[in-house]
Amino acid sequence: MFAARSAAQDHGQYTQTEVEAGARVYSSQCSTCHGPNGDRVSGIDLRRGQFRRAVTDEDLARIVTNGLTAEGMPPFKLQPVELTGVVAFIRAGLDANTPSIRIGTPARGKTIVEGKGGCLSCHRIGAVGSRAAPDLTDVGVARGVDMLHRSLTDPSSGMLPINRPVRITTTGGRTIIGRRLNEDTFTVQLIDDKERLHSIEKVEIRSMVVETKSPMPSFAGTLTADELADVVAYLVTLRGQP
Amino acid sequence: MREVEKWRSGKVEEVGLVPRRSVARRRGPAVGSFVLLLGTLLSAQVTPDRLVRAADEAQNWLTYSGGYFSQRYSPLKQIDRSSVKNLELKWILPNQVFGAWQSTPLVVDGVMYVTQRPNDVLALDAKTGRVFWLYRHTPSPDARVCCGSNNRGVAILGDTVFLGTLDGRLVAIDAKTGKALWNVPVGDPRLGYSITMAPLIVKDKVLVGTGGGEYGIRGFVAAYDAKTGKEVWRLHTIPAPGEPGSETWKGETWKTGGGSIWLTPSYDPELNLTYWGVGNPGPDWNPDQRPGDNLYTASVIAVDADTGKLRWHYQFTPNDPYDYDSVQIAVLADITWQQKPLKAMLWANRNGNFYVLDRASGKFLLGKPFVKVNWMSGFDEKGRPLQTPQPAGQPTWPGNQGGTNWYSPSFSPRTGLFYVTAWEDYATIYRREFQEYVPGRVFGGGGGRQLLPVPGAPGVRIGRTTPINNWTDAAGHSSVIAIDPNTGASKWKFAQFDMSDSGVLTTASDLLFTGGREGYFYALDARTGEMLWKASLGGQIANGPITYMVDNKQYVSTISGNSLITFGLRD
Repeated sequence: MFAARSAAQDHGQYTQTEVEAGARVYSSQCSTCHGPNGDRVSGIDLRRGQFRRAVTDEDLARIVTNGLTAEGMPPFKLQPVELTGVVAFIRAGLDANTPSIRIGTPARGKTIVEGKGGCLSCHRIGAVGSRAAPDLTDVGVARGVDMLHRSLTDPSSGMLPINRPVRITTTGGRTIIGRRLNEDTFTVQLIDDKERLHSIEKVEIRSMVVETKSPMPSFAGTLTADELADVVAYLVTLRGQP
Repeated sequence: MREVEKWRSGKVEEVGLVPRRSVARRRGPAVGSFVLLLGTLLSAQVTPDRLVRAADEAQNWLTYSGGYFSQRYSPLKQIDRSSVKNLELKWILPNQVFGAWQSTPLVVDGVMYVTQRPNDVLALDAKTGRVFWLYRHTPSPDARVCCGSNNRGVAILGDTVFLGTLDGRLVAIDAKTGKALWNVPVGDPRLGYSITMAPLIVKDKVLVGTGGGEYGIRGFVAAYDAKTGKEVWRLHTIPAPGEPGSETWKGETWKTGGGSIWLTPSYDPELNLTYWGVGNPGPDWNPDQRPGDNLYTASVIAVDADTGKLRWHYQFTPNDPYDYDSVQIAVLADITWQQKPLKAMLWANRNGNFYVLDRASGKFLLGKPFVKVNWMSGFDEKGRPLQTPQPAGQPTWPGNQGGTNWYSPSFSPRTGLFYVTAWEDYATIYRREFQEYVPGRVFGGGGGRQLLPVPGAPGVRIGRTTPINNWTDAAGHSSVIAIDPNTGASKWKFAQFDMSDSGVLTTASDLLFTGGREGYFYALDARTGEMLWKASLGGQIANGPITYMVDNKQYVSTISGNSLITFGLRD
């Protein structure tokens, strides 16, 4: 009967992104008490969906947020994305299905991102960098470790559909090159290569080409394995909190 | 007097500009005409006979699906292909409760009855949107629903409105005062029984079924005496040992077999049969725990309206491992089938196939995919699908939410076409696991993840909760598809960029109204699919639009986000 439930309740249908985000939160915050298999607290088996109180996903989210202080579970102040992720990860049977990626040192990664990597000539982190490519301020929440690594070494295969480069020619003869921020049946919203925002009605579009090849270069050859591990380590720390 | 005329001619925006004294002066004739209006509005009772001919009462919308045949087709034609461009906003009723608003309103002689979350009923003036009364049932804390506090509407008989509740109760409400007349238990909420569907009135009975397919319920449909609330009959959707169909369950599995009901049945008065779509078996995704066909899950059942006896069934998805349910509306139509008249049942199923059945006998006549399907490769001569389960880790089309779902299709007797909102390019990779049954807890047995073009990309949600579509059409999209029942072939398609959970309405002027998650509300040409008009309402449209007439003016209503919005032609 899973139809039209609220976002926090669709436990059959979380995205892989959410499950992975939850896996990260789980390993850092939950596994200390609940254990890697989710069965360390008596009467609870998170992997098999057996709880003492919770029935719905909303219950789970509430318990994580408020804690059960009488029973020794502290409240956790998580970002909404992380909270959804934890529930998603529990509902996925604590199986993120994620390949293991080596993580280096964040501080060294930051130096590379801001220096020899040249990342900020296209990307932006906080108030620094270009808006031409997707903003990385919260990329550590949005994307898993494996996908960060993949985006660095094989950018096209890791590029999200919304970030695909778009080239639009209008019926008036204007050309707009950029990437989409949003789209619906009749309109598309973009940021162009000059960092200008556009909202275009599709009736005014003569042609719209959505490329599947990323303009980002691969860093597989230009950064060492250690440096890549450091960059990934830094990107993981970017969680949208200034 | 001049000002009074202004007021009565509907220029309400001027009211706030005139001195207070003038407003007071206006009240005399205004109140008088209001009382007069109310008198005529509520004088005619909704008799069982009117319900039989509900689809012919062009000005009204008397049952959830607009009539017993559930065609969502209106004989109204004041709004037509040339005048539709003159539609304008008439009124908005904002809802104070968040979450998908899936209700289809009823309209009875100028009064609209609509439900809102969790279990409120509002009676309002269908012309102005102004409210007569609000009935509020607060569900017990024991209530548990898998998928949101949804309610899809009410039924009406005589001067009584009937509401099913999230805590598994049936309530009779006085249609003029909004006061409860009786309130009876239908299913135990502690075990996951709930009611989200609008009941159906047949003769002197209120017919209802229960949700709870994710909680290991044993589903049922039941009839209650409309006067007293006393149960008249009950038919379980999962047979007990010894009953026909029980051979499709092993051991004790029938006790937690699911078979929920969450949509209003259709009814053929001549055959005296009600037709119900039955939900998934329990646990949802682990068929290893329930070997067998699992009757009557993922089926349509034809049930005698007087006795509750099962007359026939057809199972769309035997041993359903995909949570496809079969919870769609059975659309009944008298059509010409291979040069002969046929009492047909038309059904676009969540499993991706469009079906034609003989609704007198249940005989399978046609099954044809309307979206990509790979869980089956065809049908045997009796209409049993030849299932082709995909290897573990491989995608199944259509995905978990199906080729379509609970939202209502439409059939136009004028065009002879069946119209359905479909999810296209959408697949799920399923996962099954053992699930122990614990009363009142989710009995899922696994789950699934959406097939995505790039690992880790955002996917399509069950409902739309953000104004930004960052999954794009790469994750799937919806179309309204016009299907010729004689061939199952699509005549035209109207594609949207995002998914849609909107029902479809057709009219005698060959208009088709529908919406979608993007918040556009559309009028299409029902013969060609050409878009004739649209309004950008902003919030997702997740109900079935309706049309009705008051004082010789036709209106069209839909729900977008948290607002019930009504359009009419410019005066």
